[in-house]
Amino acid sequence: MSDIEKAIAGDEPSLVPYVTAGDPEPEATAEYVEALAAGGADVIELGMPFSEPIADGPTIQNAIQRALAAGTTPERFFEIVETLDVDVPLVCMTYYNLLYQYGDRKEGSDYERLRPFVRRAAEAGISGLIIPDLPVDESDPLREACDEFGVDLIFVVAPTTTDERLEAMRERVSGFVYVQARLGTTGAQADVSDATHESLARLAEWSVPKAVGFGVSEREHAEEIVATGADGVVAGSVFVDIVAEGDADEGTVAERLEAKAAELKAGALDGADERSGKVTDGAR
Amino acid sequence: MSTTKFGEYGGQYVPEVLMPAIEELTDAYERYVLENEDGFMDEFRERLADFGGRPTPLQRADQLSERYDADVYLKREDLLHGGAHKLNNALGQVLLAKYMGKERIVAETGAGQHGTATAMAAAHLDMPCEIYMGRRDINRQRPNVFRMRLNGAEVVPVTVGRGTLKEAINETMREWATSVEDTHYVIGSIVGPHPFPRMVRDFQAVIGEEAREQIQDKAGRLPDSVVACAGGGSNTMGAFHEFVPDAEDGDTTLFAVEAGGEGLFVDEDEGVAPHSASLSSGDEGVLHGARTKLLQDADGQIVESHSVSSGLDYAGVGPELSYLVDEGHVTPVSVDDDAALEGFHRLSQVEGIIPALESAHAVAFLEQQLGPDGVPAGTAERDLGDVIVLNLSGRGDKDLESAIEETEKRDIDAAPDMGVFHE
Ligand SMILES: Cc1ncc(COP(=O)(O)O)c(C=O)c1O
Repeated sequence: MSDIEKAIAGDEPSLVPYVTAGDPEPEATAEYVEALAAGGADVIELGMPFSEPIADGPTIQNAIQRALAAGTTPERFFEIVETLDVDVPLVCMTYYNLLYQYGDRKEGSDYERLRPFVRRAAEAGISGLIIPDLPVDESDPLREACDEFGVDLIFVVAPTTTDERLEAMRERVSGFVYVQARLGTTGAQADVSDATHESLARLAEWSVPKAVGFGVSEREHAEEIVATGADGVVAGSVFVDIVAEGDADEGTVAERLEAKAAELKAGALDGADERSGKVTDGAR
Repeated sequence: MSTTKFGEYGGQYVPEVLMPAIEELTDAYERYVLENEDGFMDEFRERLADFGGRPTPLQRADQLSERYDADVYLKREDLLHGGAHKLNNALGQVLLAKYMGKERIVAETGAGQHGTATAMAAAHLDMPCEIYMGRRDINRQRPNVFRMRLNGAEVVPVTVGRGTLKEAINETMREWATSVEDTHYVIGSIVGPHPFPRMVRDFQAVIGEEAREQIQDKAGRLPDSVVACAGGGSNTMGAFHEFVPDAEDGDTTLFAVEAGGEGLFVDEDEGVAPHSASLSSGDEGVLHGARTKLLQDADGQIVESHSVSSGLDYAGVGPELSYLVDEGHVTPVSVDDDAALEGFHRLSQVEGIIPALESAHAVAFLEQQLGPDGVPAGTAERDLGDVIVLNLSGRGDKDLESAIEETEKRDIDAAPDMGVFHE
């Protein structure tokens, strides 16, 4: 079992928060990550900014623009990761072109071109990758490089994913499977969709843990997601919103990140209680 | 299943949520377009004729021919309904969306020309339609914005980034990701994930099919060269597709003319390229669902492109063109903003045809190679030759506002003197 799997599939339901590294500037990230860990994060997702984030909604897109404007290159991202002092596994979420261009070599097979990125990520302390614009059908070269350096490769399952594609992912996924709770891009939303239910049912037999995200912002969402059967909750835009607001009367960014993480974690714990209650009621 | 790639280029690099829509579209493309199921292609061709006005003429340009001492023929896509080749694709895709049972159309637009064509096709086929357009392009192309609204489309301004085509595509992909179940995304060029590059090319291939027959009727032989401007590359591939075997045989040279803007370099500090010549100077990478040649910095961040013509202002290019360039079957060349503007005025003056600023790049390439002050860049086998087909992708009415503004910034020989009309 990888560190990520252990962290998500542990006894308690887990929280996987996301922030964009380098937002609003590279120096800020360490403090934010530590705050998220202090609030109860089990795994932390760090966005590596790419200029064309087609899978992200406006909140994260704006964060990415701030981070890019502040000079957050892939190399700077790795330097940030190296300075982090947290003992939760870190996942890098970014887009394929940055992996493909990393390193000096501008030719060769995909595997050869991806290898320097994965090696650098592993050295810096990244435990897993999420590459939303890399479809599972094209992922074998990256899977190979990830295996070589012991990095997990996480896939996103959408409500629309066909059974055939699901099977292809099941064969290749590691760490956890990221269940996208609704259609569309990332972004905080008002409620948890029914699609979550159905997706989790389709993944019931998978050996990797399942974390549900896209639109999670409130304690009740986390509760409902875990009560529905997820091992973990992923939340991004809600944290990125806090970073975007900056320090405020209600507290510094770090304080509010920690409080929000604690709130969502508490919701997840409530959800687990509900679920075990249901189990003893014979509802399962 | 049709292959998703052209050599190493192409593919389907999109978020998982879009994959089912792309698979559904691939299936529909194979059945309706490739196999003419339910007579789809027959209906498409019929509508292109009756609504679109096809075939478009292949006209000998007498004054240009004399100037260049060659036979210059213009494929008059500017005479297609809506004023550009874009209708071929828009009509094909909106009709396909109908056959697929989709209820709504979304599209992006750069110059507004694709948006206009899509709005027309959607009105013609009675489909609701929403069009995403960069804020900056909205300002550059007001007549087209008005035309889209006239035809009943919603125009949604995109304010992120520099507000050009690249941002509009990002935004349309996001919108599509929330509405894939009942919505079709009419992409505007031979870009994006498979099957778009192939399908759009197939819808545009009618240009070259007609041109190849017409030139044999008129000149009695195949052309020595076919010249077209390349933004994403749809009019280029539309004009070239039927001639690719001739290019392979060495009979015809295919020139893709890119926007050289203000010079072929990338300012890495600013993250901008003052041009849009991705075939001539881009590196392989992945953007908007396809692997292709891109303008990017050393890290792989996509840089902002530039062209005086918004329709060419894009940091990527169709994967098939990238492939054909690598194979040596298409020759990429570029002309800068100043030359394109001069081409715009020259064609208007000598032939009475106001070209789109995009097409003016192709016109300018002839002048650069064959004109009195021309500096031919070609080697013997890369010559334009004696019989030249130039694909005039669109008319310039949409560009009049920016042409006035850009002309005033420059000293252009062929430009009319408007001073007398100033109070
Ligand atoms: C008249 C005209 N020509 C050319 C283009 C460039 O697109 P493509 O390279 O796909 O033909 C455009 C794009 O809007 C256009 O309006």
